Amino acid sequence: MAVIEIDKLVKTFGAFRALDGLDLRVEAGQVHGFLGPNGSGKSTTIRILLGLLRRDSGDVRLFGADPWRDAVRLHRRLAYVPGDVNLWPNLTGGESIDLLGRLRGGLNPRRRDELLELFGLDPTRQFRTYSKGNRQKVAVVAAFASDVELYILDEPTSGFDPLVKAAFEEEVRRIRAAGGTVLLSSHVLAEVEALCDRVSIIRDGHTVVTGSLTELRHLTRTTIGVETARPLTGLEALPGVHAVREVEGRTRLEVEPDHFDALLAHLAGFGVHALTSAPPTLEELFLRYYGNQVGSRDLAGSGPSDLDGSADAADRR
Amino acid sequence: MNAFAGTGMLTRIVLRRDRVRLGLWLLGVPLLGYALAVSVFGIYPDEAARRGYAVTSASSLVARAFNGPIGGAEMGAVVVAETYATAAVIVALLSTFAVVRHTRQNEETGRAELLGSSVVGRYALLTSALLVVVGVNVVATVLLAVALIATGLPVTGCIAAAAAIGGVGLAFTAVAAVTAQLTVTSRGANALAAAAVGIAFLVRAAGDVFGDASPDGTRLESAWPSWVSPLGWGNQVRAFAGERWWTLALPVALLIVAVGCAYALAQRRDVGAGLIASRRGPGQAAGWLRGPAGLAWRMQRGTLLGWAVGTAVFGFCLGVAADEFQAMISDNPAAADVIAAMGGGGRLVDTYFAAVLGLFALAFGAYVVQALLRIRADESEGVLEAVLATAVGRSRWLGTHLAAAALGALALLLVAGAGTGLGYGVVAGDIPGRVLALAGAAAVWLPALVVVAGVVIAFVGLLPRWSVGLSWAALLTFLLLGQIGTLLELPQLALDVSPFTHVPAVPATDADPVPLIFLLAVAGLLLSAGAAAFRHRDVPN
Repeated sequence: MAVIEIDKLVKTFGAFRALDGLDLRVEAGQVHGFLGPNGSGKSTTIRILLGLLRRDSGDVRLFGADPWRDAVRLHRRLAYVPGDVNLWPNLTGGESIDLLGRLRGGLNPRRRDELLELFGLDPTRQFRTYSKGNRQKVAVVAAFASDVELYILDEPTSGFDPLVKAAFEEEVRRIRAAGGTVLLSSHVLAEVEALCDRVSIIRDGHTVVTGSLTELRHLTRTTIGVETARPLTGLEALPGVHAVREVEGRTRLEVEPDHFDALLAHLAGFGVHALTSAPPTLEELFLRYYGNQVGSRDLAGSGPSDLDGSADAADRR
Repeated sequence: MNAFAGTGMLTRIVLRRDRVRLGLWLLGVPLLGYALAVSVFGIYPDEAARRGYAVTSASSLVARAFNGPIGGAEMGAVVVAETYATAAVIVALLSTFAVVRHTRQNEETGRAELLGSSVVGRYALLTSALLVVVGVNVVATVLLAVALIATGLPVTGCIAAAAAIGGVGLAFTAVAAVTAQLTVTSRGANALAAAAVGIAFLVRAAGDVFGDASPDGTRLESAWPSWVSPLGWGNQVRAFAGERWWTLALPVALLIVAVGCAYALAQRRDVGAGLIASRRGPGQAAGWLRGPAGLAWRMQRGTLLGWAVGTAVFGFCLGVAADEFQAMISDNPAAADVIAAMGGGGRLVDTYFAAVLGLFALAFGAYVVQALLRIRADESEGVLEAVLATAVGRSRWLGTHLAAAALGALALLLVAGAGTGLGYGVVAGDIPGRVLALAGAAAVWLPALVVVAGVVIAFVGLLPRWSVGLSWAALLTFLLLGQIGTLLELPQLALDVSPFTHVPAVPATDADPVPLIFLLAVAGLLLSAGAAAFRHRDVPN
């Protein structure tokens, strides 16, 4: 069952088109990474999902219902951590956590105390005295102490230190083990890699690609290093081969996943001594999708690609 | 190392940031001084009226406490007695808020940290704020002196009176420079400094209550407590009554000492830290803090309590004063005409009560605006987003805030009426009867305040980005229409714009329900429009 279904969502602020045909689908029980450069429309999408902003066009379903019309009923089933946590300056952290939980419809006091311990948050201090990381802890503890089906987390760990991040990841795994669903907007690639079943990358208000991380890797060029007995020729003429250069007596090049066969057949004629193949690092992957050099050539068409059926790409490795 | 590096640049930033506020201050103080002085001329036109006023002022304990020591029956002395206390408190608060705004508020928001990392010395922030606020006080003093001289009062006295007000400004600039070092929040620093203004007023009042009247009964010599209070120093300048120029040295001395203290404190503490540590609180929310209503109570209770205490004390004093007022008015037909013009016929003392309650109601308009603009502040700070993402709907959130503001306004009206009734009952007998009658009379103003609430909600719903300015502008318009609209002989149609115009002047007249129902209907329209817009617009907007 899909918890979140978004189709061709459009939202404009005056002349600015914040969302321009965005698609997103999150199944129950998934931890779904929601990625994109700053200003690409992640928070706007989340606010529409929460019924805070009105969509201009497109279809949005949350638990199968309209998030604008049924906001209150739907909000009992979810917990939200805003990207910029600002609560009541004169309330203590503990009061804020309890209040947020109660406004949501209830909170598990035992879990609350465990989480306070786990995240190392002093609940007796006034909210205004907390640092950025501690403010986020207040919202994260309030969310994780609520027994809900869906957690919408907008860059929840940006102010956390590595130890707290580890605790956070542990909690997300616990939620997944218990069957919960998480939409996680983040810039921390290691965190996304560690936690997410699937990711959607958006840019300029529309979805660039959706899939598992493995699938995404198969969709981008692999870097090949090769040493041959005879000098290599004719590489530039091969389809899908890019950036051919000599580095320390070795030829390096990038190849698109669909053109491995032709490349290997070509190389075999020159007497291969050594061959290395490096899949794109996560960083490269994201730089490629975030950056301007993204071309429709890299993707299955210019629209969003769903990679569920791209198992053939994996077979070639 | 130069602890003052960057002061010049920061001073220019302060001037740039506050050019409108400071401009209004520099224009407003002299204009207000001129207008008040001229209005006093009208009320006490001849020697006999002024002599009567002076004798009453020197003998009445209420007049001593509120207006300070009267300096004689000269026109200038009467003007000072009528206007000094109010003007001094206003200038004291303006100076306080300005200093805190440019010192502690910068630290609280983190601006000071960023500035401190650039070529800016440890004392530069404080120094730039002091330069500007002291400078504005000095310029305002000159302009006020010019404005007073323009009324035709004796030049020497005008200069002394303006300097007395300026001295108060300097004294509280000094106080705020110190309080800004003590607390972590600008709110706390403002509260401490405002409390200092309140204490100074009470100490001054005590000194004048225990003062001695001169043999001819037209002058009052203050007792020693007035010499302890910076608000009292301005009285001791004795403008228009044999000036004592040397007393102007007192605020200057305080400024020098306090600025020294503030520098010493700034030298010893960390940026962003205060000497009064922020309190710890409960680690868990109380059982009643579970919904929007509990939250509204938790957020408003401190403010409401402050308003209630101030209202009760002020109402009690005005109630006590009612009796003397009656005596004073019966000696002065001109003043009686002014009062009668303020509302209805009936007994003079009832007209007085109607006027007093009307002023209270206008002040509570500020409470309503401030309480409801929390919705907008929550929205721009991001709190509203977190709340509306829970199982709380927009209508419920808005409705709770409205109910809280309306109940708060009703409570304040009842306190105002009961306090005034208690004060009057103490001097005139029949405490329970007066308390009940005036509390009931005060409650009549509630529909006008609900209209104010409707205006704010309509702005928050329809024009959220402009709602703060527009809401305060609307209240100010109502205030001005009520206070000077009749003096300017504006057409009734213009006066009718203010909801306060429509409230019957109870207890001077009967509580006619028709205008009250009309007001509630208008409020209902405004509220529905605002709520509908709020339900259908983007949040945050």
